[in-house]
Amino acid sequence: MSIPNEPPITPELVAAHGLSDEEYQKVIELIGREPSFTELGIFSAMWNEHCSYKSSKKWLRTLHTTGARVVHGPGENAGVVDIGEEQVVVFKMESHNHPSFIEPYQGAATGIGGILRDVFTMGARPVAAMNALRFGAPEHRKTRHLVSGVVAGIGGYGNCFGVPTVGGEVEFDARYNGNILVNAFAAGLADKNKIFLSEAKGVGLPVVYLGAKTGRDGVGGATMASAEFDDDIEHKRPTVQVGDPFTEKRLMEATLELMATGAVVAIQDMGAAGLTCSAVEMGAKGGLGIELDLDCVPVREENMTPYEMMLSESQERMLMVLHPEKEAEARAVFEKWELDFATVGLTTNDLRFRILWQGTEVANLPIRELGDEAPEYDREWELPPPPAAPERNLPATDIAEALLALIGSPDLCSRRWVWEQYDTLIQSNSLQLPGGDAGVIRVEGHPKKALAFSSDVTPRYCEADPFEGGKQAVAECWRNLTATGAEPLACSDNLNFGNPEKPQIMGQLVGAIRGIGKACRVLDFPVVSGNVSLYNETNGVGIPPTPTIAGVGLLDDWSKMARIGFAAQGELILLVGAPQNWGTHLSQSQFLNHLHGLSDGPPPPVDLTCEKTTGDFVRALTRKGITSAVHDCSDGGLAVALAEMAMAGDLGATIDPPPGNTPAASFFGEDQSRYLLTIRPQNLESVQALAKAQSISCQLIGTTGGDILKLGDARAISVARLKEAHERWFPRYMGDN
Amino acid sequence: MKSALIQFPGSNRDRDMVHALASVSGSAPALVWHKETALPDTDLIVIPGGFSYGDYLRSGAIAARSPIIEQVRAAARRGVRVLGVCNGFQILTEAGLLPGTLMRNASLKFVCREVLLEVANNATSFTHAYKKGQIIRCPVAHHDGNYFADPDTLATIEGNEQVAFRYSGGTNPNGSINDIAGVFNAEKNVLGLMPHPENLIEPAHGGTDGRALFEGVLEMVEA
Repeated sequence: MSIPNEPPITPELVAAHGLSDEEYQKVIELIGREPSFTELGIFSAMWNEHCSYKSSKKWLRTLHTTGARVVHGPGENAGVVDIGEEQVVVFKMESHNHPSFIEPYQGAATGIGGILRDVFTMGARPVAAMNALRFGAPEHRKTRHLVSGVVAGIGGYGNCFGVPTVGGEVEFDARYNGNILVNAFAAGLADKNKIFLSEAKGVGLPVVYLGAKTGRDGVGGATMASAEFDDDIEHKRPTVQVGDPFTEKRLMEATLELMATGAVVAIQDMGAAGLTCSAVEMGAKGGLGIELDLDCVPVREENMTPYEMMLSESQERMLMVLHPEKEAEARAVFEKWELDFATVGLTTNDLRFRILWQGTEVANLPIRELGDEAPEYDREWELPPPPAAPERNLPATDIAEALLALIGSPDLCSRRWVWEQYDTLIQSNSLQLPGGDAGVIRVEGHPKKALAFSSDVTPRYCEADPFEGGKQAVAECWRNLTATGAEPLACSDNLNFGNPEKPQIMGQLVGAIRGIGKACRVLDFPVVSGNVSLYNETNGVGIPPTPTIAGVGLLDDWSKMARIGFAAQGELILLVGAPQNWGTHLSQSQFLNHLHGLSDGPPPPVDLTCEKTTGDFVRALTRKGITSAVHDCSDGGLAVALAEMAMAGDLGATIDPPPGNTPAASFFGEDQSRYLLTIRPQNLESVQALAKAQSISCQLIGTTGGDILKLGDARAISVARLKEAHERWFPRYMGDN
Repeated sequence: MKSALIQFPGSNRDRDMVHALASVSGSAPALVWHKETALPDTDLIVIPGGFSYGDYLRSGAIAARSPIIEQVRAAARRGVRVLGVCNGFQILTEAGLLPGTLMRNASLKFVCREVLLEVANNATSFTHAYKKGQIIRCPVAHHDGNYFADPDTLATIEGNEQVAFRYSGGTNPNGSINDIAGVFNAEKNVLGLMPHPENLIEPAHGGTDGRALFEGVLEMVEA
């Protein structure tokens, strides 16, 4: 494929670049003339939704983004949070949805590559990864292929790079049939005083290109990711990049080695919109111009045009501004790792973004305006009132049967098939693997500290009530971290929505951001990084609103860390933070959704004050070494949570009959802010007294022991039978047995 | 104990191995870049796991042609102990230092899980701290761990007690012939295995079954 260099600029060409008439007029006003083809491409790359956040910026500004531990919030490659003793955790979650649907293996692989690069670009060595995946209905003809390709792509890249995957989510819903979601998270560790930023400083300094060569892959990718899909989407395959984790691994080692030499002034990885976005970012942030000579760019294909070079999304590339006196030293590091190293330009004081090619200037644009003056929209939005709770007359439920059906259902069954394809152990620091409440790793080199990671959102809640759903996503993430005994530090938000030009979709985005903002404020859980993915629509139908929240927590002593599995016979099971009848809220539950096909009514509300008090109480008990197991109650309610604890510990339990006469609501209601704990009998009195003093509900509901799970008056189920039901669905669906 | 660890571009369990060696022996190994043409004086050479050269061509194939491998070969001939784990095992078979080959897993998928290993031969400097027939836990994490050898080679390996570890209790994760998880050379001073003993050496890892392998070598060296 070769794009002719200078076709005339026609309205069709402008539209094909995703720019509206008004946006194109703004381009002409800014530069005072018609743009060249290369310039049009550059504007398209910088002003698309993916890079400019033009629809979401107004609302993102309302989020809670600061705090005592926040070193760098949104706006850098990743968020940076203080974990004490001069160390920081650097993390972000980012989507790679559109490419992963078109080409699942490479789309997902390069999503992992991109997020890892964001982390080590800041000087941090990646120590943990997670991914939140949403696929279409299991019976849809493409789903199996997409699951297989995405999981293999994530494993293929992350395993080779050498980062443990410690957690994530996998869900199925027909509404993702045409737009799957691949949200990738990475976290790294760095010294607080050795963080690198993209802001260029100093005039006349060399701009250096590092890493892999530039090819034609991914040309126009960011623009593609800002458009809706139709039935011809397969034709977009050439806009998907191809990943090379081996090069990425070398790029990381070389980058970290180079940073240690003191040569780096500014650094930016080439992600979406490649060379364009990275150069503009470094210049605009530093108040400097950038001049690039494309004849110096290492290329792997012949006859590449400036347009193609500027818009290529070839992977595993970096742009840096270096101290000139250290250039030789820097070059030696990159040559050792057998990577390209080329001086491709310099910083200037004229605030222009100038591109030279074969001796002629093919672009000359104001650099600040490319970034800062990107169009920003206050889009029309409407948010219908949340649905009222419907009257229901449910048939009597066989609790045991319902539990077996739920834990064996596509959304609640074991994800072992998925995570056994990820290296969860590399780096030798993994303390909790996928399958628990949160993934936990040791902080390397520290005797006690550990970090916990969790990724959460419940799209059906967000659809029914975006505000409550946004709150719930944050609260559940905070709760999962708390359940390990960690102090939740901060989070990254990955907002996946449909077409924001539709007021009802924009309303979902506004509602969810407000909910996230509220919850983050009350829980003091700031958003320090994130990403917005809009236009997740096919043939005019959008995905359910899916604001994924990926959070990080800190354990000061991992020897006190809690796990979800029942730990010993004869321990007492406490339900903390629950209403009198244990559970009440069935609307939007997995129970009604999966077993009764009902998806009406409001989601469970989150009382954030109660969430905080309850969580703080549970964490304090864990840190004192009083809890022997802790698990939050979420999807599937109390019964599913108890089953998960039994399966993880390979130990049964006997649960009392619940109070009241609505056992289905008690066992399957999805009321929020609840935890299950186990403690030794001698601690009961003191724990209940502590709870009472803080007005926290803390009910004794049963005892661990034996090899069966008995829920009140329901038929007992053996733990072996639970496991069989839980483990069966995924491998069978994927055709493994 | 003096140990040396060979690093290739794409090695990624090198840090895990450094940690394990340091933890057991009290001293970190010398790091040797693959382009070096000399080895330091050492009691043990370790080739760690990872994806040397991205597993391009065949896993281990390109690394096996690195300059340093000639030195490893010469050292092995002199009787220096050589341990290759995962990608290190693949490199040693590609270099001809160990018999057989490692094919793509029978499932065609990468697999990371804990398996059970039976200690098939404990009369070696690597395995003497285990009992013969002992069943130990150990994690695996690989895409190309399906051990294969032609019938004659297999007969030699089995006859000469060159099998170090076998997957046990139905946990063979990759389709390896005769459940073989690790093999020695004929002289038993070179060991390659797919599982990662370095990832199970302290309570934080959930167990310490891998530790005896390193302790065993240390004991032989110090003796």
